[in-house]
Amino acid sequence: MKGILKIAFKLLVNDKGKFAALLMGITFAVFLMVMMTSIFSGVLRSASSVVINIGAKIWVMDPAVTTVANSIPMPEFVEDAVRSIDGVKFAVPLFSGSATLRLTNGAYQAVSILGLDDTSLLGRPELMEGNIDDIFAENGFLVIKDSEINKLNNPHIGTTFELNEHRGVIVGIAKVAANGLFGMPTLYTTYNRAIQYIPTARYTTSYVLVEPKSPEAVQHIKDEVKKLGYVAVTNEEFRDNISTYYKYKTGLGTNILIMTLISFIVGLSISGQTFYTFILENLDKFGALKAIGAKSRELIIMIVFQAGFTALTGYGLGVGLCTLMIGLAKMRLPNYASVVTFGNLGIAFIMVLIIAIFSSLIGVRKVLKIEPFDVFRG
Amino acid sequence: MTKTAISAHQLVKWFGEGEARTHAVKAASFEANFGEIFYLVGPSGSGKTTLLSMVSGILKPESGSVTIDETDIWTLSNDELADFRLNRIGFVFQDYHLFPRLTTLENVAIPLILKQRVWDDALQEALKYLEIVGLKDRAHLAPFKLSGGEQQRVAIARAIVSQPDILIFDEPTASLDGDTGKKIMSFINDEILNDHRCVLVVTHDSRIFEYADKIMKMEDGAVTAIEHKNEIK
Ligand SMILES: Nc1ncnc2c1ncn2[C@@H]1O[C@H](COP(=O)(O)OP(=O)(O)OP(=O)(O)O)[C@@H](O)[C@H]1O
Ligand SMILES: [Mg+2]
Repeated sequence: MKGILKIAFKLLVNDKGKFAALLMGITFAVFLMVMMTSIFSGVLRSASSVVINIGAKIWVMDPAVTTVANSIPMPEFVEDAVRSIDGVKFAVPLFSGSATLRLTNGAYQAVSILGLDDTSLLGRPELMEGNIDDIFAENGFLVIKDSEINKLNNPHIGTTFELNEHRGVIVGIAKVAANGLFGMPTLYTTYNRAIQYIPTARYTTSYVLVEPKSPEAVQHIKDEVKKLGYVAVTNEEFRDNISTYYKYKTGLGTNILIMTLISFIVGLSISGQTFYTFILENLDKFGALKAIGAKSRELIIMIVFQAGFTALTGYGLGVGLCTLMIGLAKMRLPNYASVVTFGNLGIAFIMVLIIAIFSSLIGVRKVLKIEPFDVFRG
Repeated sequence: MTKTAISAHQLVKWFGEGEARTHAVKAASFEANFGEIFYLVGPSGSGKTTLLSMVSGILKPESGSVTIDETDIWTLSNDELADFRLNRIGFVFQDYHLFPRLTTLENVAIPLILKQRVWDDALQEALKYLEIVGLKDRAHLAPFKLSGGEQQRVAIARAIVSQPDILIFDEPTASLDGDTGKKIMSFINDEILNDHRCVLVVTHDSRIFEYADKIMKMEDGAVTAIEHKNEIK
């Protein structure tokens, strides 16, 4: 058996041109598939960045909210009502909105602003410079150090700006786990300052963040919030909802899906076609092998081995190339929204398997059909 | 006493159905002995390749039987028949059918590999047979770098490497010039043929008739004559 595989291997690899074409087809397809789905995963993560960064266990919101950025303000009583639900350890408000700053050089810049509950500062970011208590100082804001921070002209502690006729001053520089999607710098301040500086309509609470007393209390909290006419979702559910929104309610998901399918089809046709030519070119030799005394089973093993070997090598190269590209991109753009997940790799792997099975099938079909007699007749 | 190597009895083969049916071979019978070079000659389309294929176990006859050294080969299962060919029959095809992506040596070793021999052993053994056909120094070249006559010898080495007792040649000299063809046949006669072997040759080439022990003539699917060595002119 080993000898046959060695022959199969040599037949494949010694045909350098075709082997290279086969590998390129599969590598290219895997690269595109992984790249596409990784970008998508990255975008989904960014879209949920506020949920990830704030980290609250339960989020209460208006039922019409689809993504975290488009919050719908709720009246203040919601917070009090939620706080009095059985099983709630504490409930605090979160302000999430955006505003336009006027920088010291006179330029204007849009930013997102998160206002944290004044007493608990639930969801506060990890400070790299400055002191968290300074957030309570007059006009105090924290700025997140991400790839967007430079849009604020290299802010440092003490940098000032103007926000709707109010003065603001940077009192700390912080970092967060997930970067945002919208290319805006992010500022944190207290809830009260946020609603004071940023004009809203009658209602001011974007979200009520809830810590349940125990995991068992979650369902009860959800039910009670529902009675109030609002919804309570867990952190994971909120992220899922946001993913679903981007996947199915925006063009993004569909486009990525189409691109992935196209890469798959391109890879399938390049490798299927090349493998088919490879088999055709060797068909009379396979016929001769049959005449000499190779059994059908042995020929099938040879072909499956060839297809499988090519597919796996191509998969490895494709994934390697992808990781390299994403790594390089991240070195230059720290905010580059792309993550390779096991899911992405799994999808690409399944597609590569399909390519290998498909190629083997057409090869095996051909080879089983060839009659040694036809080889004999020439 | 000569021993019967191949006994073909009333072999029939047709292709196609109805109007389009061709009777390629009509009730052909013959016997060939060990130690013989047996020729099959006749005009194009007379059924030589078809008959040869049935005799060597690669084309199933409609009726009739083939007995090789006491084995009724068409009663064997597909896998048994494949093993029988692997162990008992060596083929030299008209177009050689050598793998261009393998070296000459690896090509020769193929039947041994199919017999599950360890790779290095198989190559070592194959090298002996390349030496027999005088191509030891070409062992690591690709077969397409060799001349036509040399490729023919590689194909012969591949056919004899598993020491079969039946050798099947279809038009062995068709693509060779007269001298090379004769050289190949005299090589087969002197080096390959022995008392335990039977060599079956299909040919058009009257230049090599002198090497035959028996010549069987076919016409339109039927055997018309069998001549013995002393009768051959
Ligand atoms: N697979 C097939 N389908 C239909 N007809 C076939 C098939 N194989 C052979 N024949 C027919 O059977 C007859 C005998 O063919 P065969 O190849 O045995 O002749 P041959 O004597 O070897 O001829 P040549 O000297 O040209 O090689 C021919 O008429 C041929 O057309
Ligand atoms: Mg013929």
